[in-house]
Amino acid sequence: MSTINDTAPTTPPGTVRYPGTGRRSSSAARDKRDLKLFSSFAHIALAVWGILVIAPLIWVVLASFKSNTEIFTHAPFSLPSKISFETYRTAWSQAHVGRYFLNSVFVVAISTAGTMLFGSMAAYVLARYRFFGNRFLYYLFVSGLAFPVFLALVPLFLILQNLGLLNTYTGLILVYIAYSLPFTVFFMTAFFKTLPNSIAEAAIVDGASHTRLFFQVMMPMARSGLVSITIFNIVGQWNQYLLPVAIMQGQGADQKWVLTQGIANISVSAGYQANWAALFAALTLSILPMILVYAFFQRQIQAGLTAGATK
Amino acid sequence: MKHGRYPFIIGFLIVPVAIYVTFVVAAYVQAFQLSFTDWRGFSPNVNYIGFDNFVKLFHDDTFWKAIRHHLVLLIFLPLFTIVLALFFSFLLNVGGGSKGGKTRGVWGSKFYRVVFFFPQLLALALVAVIFARVYSPDDSGLINGLLNQFGAGPVLFLADGKLALWSILAVLVWQGVGFYVVLFSAGMGSIPTEIYEAAALDGATRGVLFFRVTLPLLWNTLQVAWVYLGIAAFDAFALVNVMSVDRGGPDGATTVLGLEIFRNAFDYAQFGYASAMGVVLFFLTISFAALTMRVTRRDAIEM
Repeated sequence: MSTINDTAPTTPPGTVRYPGTGRRSSSAARDKRDLKLFSSFAHIALAVWGILVIAPLIWVVLASFKSNTEIFTHAPFSLPSKISFETYRTAWSQAHVGRYFLNSVFVVAISTAGTMLFGSMAAYVLARYRFFGNRFLYYLFVSGLAFPVFLALVPLFLILQNLGLLNTYTGLILVYIAYSLPFTVFFMTAFFKTLPNSIAEAAIVDGASHTRLFFQVMMPMARSGLVSITIFNIVGQWNQYLLPVAIMQGQGADQKWVLTQGIANISVSAGYQANWAALFAALTLSILPMILVYAFFQRQIQAGLTAGATK
Repeated sequence: MKHGRYPFIIGFLIVPVAIYVTFVVAAYVQAFQLSFTDWRGFSPNVNYIGFDNFVKLFHDDTFWKAIRHHLVLLIFLPLFTIVLALFFSFLLNVGGGSKGGKTRGVWGSKFYRVVFFFPQLLALALVAVIFARVYSPDDSGLINGLLNQFGAGPVLFLADGKLALWSILAVLVWQGVGFYVVLFSAGMGSIPTEIYEAAALDGATRGVLFFRVTLPLLWNTLQVAWVYLGIAAFDAFALVNVMSVDRGGPDGATTVLGLEIFRNAFDYAQFGYASAMGVVLFFLTISFAALTMRVTRRDAIEM
């Protein structure tokens, strides 16, 4: 504000600033110095946050190779005295990280596939067909976004119990699908609406059935939207903690736990057994795949996760 | 072409609607119903008690503690996260000054963005386990281990009632900033460079650019961010459940509604009471979102 007013009178109307005059070049030099200063300040600020983000993760990896004594007596970022994968073997088999990991893969693979299939089927019909009750169903799906899952916790538990689905993969997968539908339907409906009519009409003239039109024409056209929401759902379901903790309880449940649940439990029991190295190994095992996937797909992942906020 | 239209529509809707109604709609409807009962899951007949659960809630100290914690989170989580994210995304996008009349980001801005965003990909439960160790009160913790190097005494991040909630808040900020940096960067990227150039020609400093150009044009994105973070402030279950001392402690200093709902439902089998808390949580979230949208509403700036 003040700067705008300050500079305005220095160039009276009618005066032309010639490039190369002394005043001009000195201000350019000052600008440059200014910029350099600002730029280095920017780098320092950004680097500090970068370190704050990375440091805990590096620390976890380093600690996973240390012995318990080392963890307690050596400096946090000291290198481990020897590289041994013993802690990893313990974490993978004795602490069951391997099992939890595969459980998560299994559950999320099916539930995300189901979410995308059923979500886009519903969204497609709601977006492109006029029929009685269309608006009602659309708002029924979208209103799900307004409710906190905590509110549903008790009844959900009872519903699953009545259906005999408590502590089963089927139950967990169905619940994942059900609670992913509001956002998936909301997003995909908007997306299907943007697709052009002409191609759909041409396909119908060619004698394609509604079902064929959907699977062979519309789904391929909606690919970019589908990719974003698939990533959104994979990450969301992979990271889910509340639902599995509420659903996967009871006898023998620990065999079926997903990764988040398993790791949280290892964290509690590591305290009793004082086996911190194995916990760090377990953490490393669950972070590493994320880093790998992120390294390859970071653009798509960023786009997918921010899809909800930018639409 | 009418042929097969309705069978198709019904065929496509039946499974998703059935799943959704069974597990989501029915659950929410029952939650409201249960909140007026004292049902504990055993007796076959359900006993309606009117608003008794809500009256009990009103006199429940733990409930008010949880509400206070949500208020703290509601104010400071969006504040810290948005200020940091705005600051970093401004540095990333216009920190490099202008060359050839074009404002540029600082060198390596892409790398920073990738790194900042990563925590968003980690499950909150996992982040909670990591930070439970980072905050460890003895020398095995990252922070206290470092402090010990400098001879400073241990800080009891999670065991000190005054610090515990703030320590948990810091973790939420740590995880969230990167997401909003990416979000704001996208918003800043869509601001036409001519506006910056025009402002720069008028002699606007970076501060002026930020407050007079970037911020107003980013208003809608900021609004979305505030609502998102506010809703996150009503959750925090995973962190509190995993990190805090005695789940919600010390002495209730970190408890949140989600945790109280979970505890009442699955530890004490107080199904009616837990549902009543859920109903309160629902009204709190929805009024927060509606209020924020209303208070912060501004006319969109045409670009």
